Amino acid sequence: MSREQLAVQQARKAFLTGRSKPLDYRIKQLKNLNRFIKERAADITNALRKDLHKSANSTQLFEILGLEGEINLAVSKLAEWAAPRPVNKNLLTLSDDVFLQPEPLGVVLIIGAWNYPIAVTLQPLVGAIAAGNAVVVKPSEVSSHTASVMELMSLYLDSEMYQVVTGGVPETQELLKQRFDHIFYTGNSTVGKLVMEAAARHLTPVTLELGGKSPCYIDKNCDIRIACRRITWGKYLNCGQTCIAPDYILCESSIQDRVIDEIQKCIKEFYTTDPKAFEDYGRIINQRHYKRIMALLEGSTVAIGGDSDESVCYIAPTVLRDVTPASKVMQEEIFGPILPIVTVNGLKEAIEFINDREKPLALYVFSSSKKVIKQMVSETSSGALLANDCMVHFTLSDLPFGGVGYSGTGRYHGKYSFDQVSHLRSCLIKKLNMEAVNQMRYPPHTTEKLRWARVLLLKQINVTRWRQMAQVAVLAALAAFVVKRFLR
Amino acid sequence: MSREQKAVERARKAFFTGRSKSLEYRITQLKNLQRFMQERQKEIAEALKKDLKRSEFGTSLYETLGVESEINLALKKLKEWAAPRPVNKSIMTISDQVYIQPEPLGVVLVIGAWNYPWAVTVGPLVGAIAAGNAAVIKPSEVSSHTSKVMEEFLPLYLDKELYPVVTGGVKETQELLKQRFDHIFYTGNGMVGKIIMEAAAKHLTPTTLELGGKSPCYIDKNCDLTIACRRIAWGKYSNCGQTCIAPDYILCDPSMQDRVIEEIKKNIKEFYTENPLKCPDYGRIINQRHFKRLMSLMEGSSIAVSGEHNEAECYIAPTVLRDVKPDAKVMQEEIFGPLLPIVTVNSVDEAIKFINQREKPLALYIFSSDKKLIDRMIAETSSGGVMANDCLMHFSVSSLPFGGVGDSGMGRYHGQHGFDNLSHMRGVLLKQLKMEAVNKMRYPPHTADKLGWARFFMVRHVDFGSLGRMAMLALLVVFAAVIIQRYFTD
Repeated sequence: MSREQLAVQQARKAFLTGRSKPLDYRIKQLKNLNRFIKERAADITNALRKDLHKSANSTQLFEILGLEGEINLAVSKLAEWAAPRPVNKNLLTLSDDVFLQPEPLGVVLIIGAWNYPIAVTLQPLVGAIAAGNAVVVKPSEVSSHTASVMELMSLYLDSEMYQVVTGGVPETQELLKQRFDHIFYTGNSTVGKLVMEAAARHLTPVTLELGGKSPCYIDKNCDIRIACRRITWGKYLNCGQTCIAPDYILCESSIQDRVIDEIQKCIKEFYTTDPKAFEDYGRIINQRHYKRIMALLEGSTVAIGGDSDESVCYIAPTVLRDVTPASKVMQEEIFGPILPIVTVNGLKEAIEFINDREKPLALYVFSSSKKVIKQMVSETSSGALLANDCMVHFTLSDLPFGGVGYSGTGRYHGKYSFDQVSHLRSCLIKKLNMEAVNQMRYPPHTTEKLRWARVLLLKQINVTRWRQMAQVAVLAALAAFVVKRFLR
Repeated sequence: MSREQKAVERARKAFFTGRSKSLEYRITQLKNLQRFMQERQKEIAEALKKDLKRSEFGTSLYETLGVESEINLALKKLKEWAAPRPVNKSIMTISDQVYIQPEPLGVVLVIGAWNYPWAVTVGPLVGAIAAGNAAVIKPSEVSSHTSKVMEEFLPLYLDKELYPVVTGGVKETQELLKQRFDHIFYTGNGMVGKIIMEAAAKHLTPTTLELGGKSPCYIDKNCDLTIACRRIAWGKYSNCGQTCIAPDYILCDPSMQDRVIEEIKKNIKEFYTENPLKCPDYGRIINQRHFKRLMSLMEGSSIAVSGEHNEAECYIAPTVLRDVKPDAKVMQEEIFGPLLPIVTVNSVDEAIKFINQREKPLALYIFSSDKKLIDRMIAETSSGGVMANDCLMHFSVSSLPFGGVGDSGMGRYHGQHGFDNLSHMRGVLLKQLKMEAVNKMRYPPHTADKLGWARFFMVRHVDFGSLGRMAMLALLVVFAAVIIQRYFTD
């Protein structure tokens, strides 16, 4: 039996003991996860510095804080999320219990990515633990130092229930042969297809957090200075290796020079005149990606930056101007610190450009005009849309985070993480009485019976609404009583 | 270009015109669908009679009424479902617009099944239309007469470019599955379900798979057997057992077996007369292949009730099998026919163990007057849905999402769930180009001080929802107090 097979078997065995069912257990594990990231902060920081040249504060800000927020939210809301959820009744079920019961799915496989290894591997883990599942975590081998640190999680979590399996392609393929109850994958669409194909063999549902080219439209009518500040931050964070980084800019040629100017100013402000020597500017993850990104520059005009150093996988914050749709840099997701500007003749052309391409994970529109924003929302599609800023929707736990089409399927964050790896089981609890009502459905079928069925099935009762109105009435009466008695 | 490829391309082209975006358009199409169901009752009933020997009442009760109900609900609620859905804010987004915008996915493929062809083909279509998608409808060729009615009449009522009907068998379905869709909705069995998901994977197309399995039916000692067996008999033998959520087999204590058999026998007689063959309300097996399959399932088990059959008519009488062993043929696959095996178990523990040793079913039925037992069974098993003290009815509650888990399927529909399942719920955050000072804490250079602020804003969770509600409530009470004081006292 392979190591991977063993890990999955152990996880399933642990799940079948039923010990992850009680909420206390799950909360304990979540708190242990919290302890892991706090007590191992130094290890995590060092690993991320080695993997991606992330500074300690960067790590805290862009990996740890979000994760901590998710853990705290799950701990404080778990009782609510896991409780039965009542639903509207119809006339036939008026006296019955009708609700949705959230349940664990079983064994969840989480395949992490290398760009924010802690955030994109462990945030789904929070949801999986909260939902009562067993989990096999497969950190990305590309961020190898962080993967090693994640193995230490076994010292904090129930190591049978939550297995960490490290390795590369062969190990992942071996894992994908096993049967899971859900597979959560973050990465690119080529591998996403392979993951889904493998999942299909076991009828395993999947969440695929993929990517694509996230367009960033800058309207003439906007504060270009602030817009460029936010775009610069969003683009060069983690050296552009962010699934929701603004991939390329679309704007009218009349503002291109101004945009380039502003971005240049911001690059200097954020990363100094020597980003290579600056602590808060990252590196490309490895030489393969370095070469890939450098090759994308071919045939385009560099407006800012362009310098690089292969030996340390450094690429300067770069802007390309007058980029043509057919150029190399526009053929694939950049995932690097190269920001092409493609000029268009206004919003309509920008929308056409966007719609000619696959639905992106994020769409950014910078404008002071509500009309422009509204049009962008209604005439395009994307995982998410953000107006006048970049990336921050990732931190809102009440917004579902995920793609559509080639940018992915499924969503997570906050309660969505919990729901995504739960089974929301429909429950209808009737009693063995009122059998007379059922007469209308039993054979022999007659016109009369059918008439009754029609009435009872076609009428919808909004029990929640009635309950709310009753509550308001009671409240008003109470207020009146209080006033009469005490406020005279 | 194949016929299937053409249909998909035309549907996509029609979708790109944007005409299915407006709610009026969708409502018109849904109303047309409603008209179709009403005006073509006769054709629908005739086809179902030929396909499944469904009586006209049966057609209405088990198929068209449900679809009508779904259309009515969609018409009534579409505006609400399609509207932006507000989202709780955080301190950071207090002055922003945050919401979820439901959007159409694009072109949906609906592959229907033959057992309730209207419910499981047009049912999902309602959600697809409501959500603003184009939809390619592939009815099951096995219910061939119904398939013809769909092919002939649907295009007379619906926009035939946006909602093409593509009939055919395995070959045509395979050709369809080569095309790119934005969602595939399949109802049928697990084997084909895997093939569909594999095909979908090549285009990263999400799938809804409404599959099946063996839905267990546990009868507790502590319950009114007369009523329980009545409901079970109805649930089992409707449509000749060819229902994805039919109670597949019974689990009960050996001491109850004889009584259960007696009661079911009584109900069979009451529902379907002494000679179900002649009863208009008793159906037929869909075809000879399934007839033979079902006949062979009976091998090796003891027949307690009836067991008559007629191959030429694809007729199998309502049958009960007793003392069935776990390794009997009839326990190895989903029956999907009018055979009801009784497997005896000596306790609830054993019943739960038996259920959990098998794949998660689409439905689990528990008959008991003991609430604690019901709660325990729900807590210690899993299934698509669970129903206590009745069969099948959860299908008709549109607020309950209908779907499976594990081998019984993925995704769900009915009511708003049908709409949501075939929509993209797009996260939208609209900020303004001001208050830039707040953003300082995220820009490099990253300092400990900035980090402190970020920590404050991001890690603390303030529930604005409930705070807001409490504030509103307080305001309401004060307001009421003031009004009363002013006008109702002297």
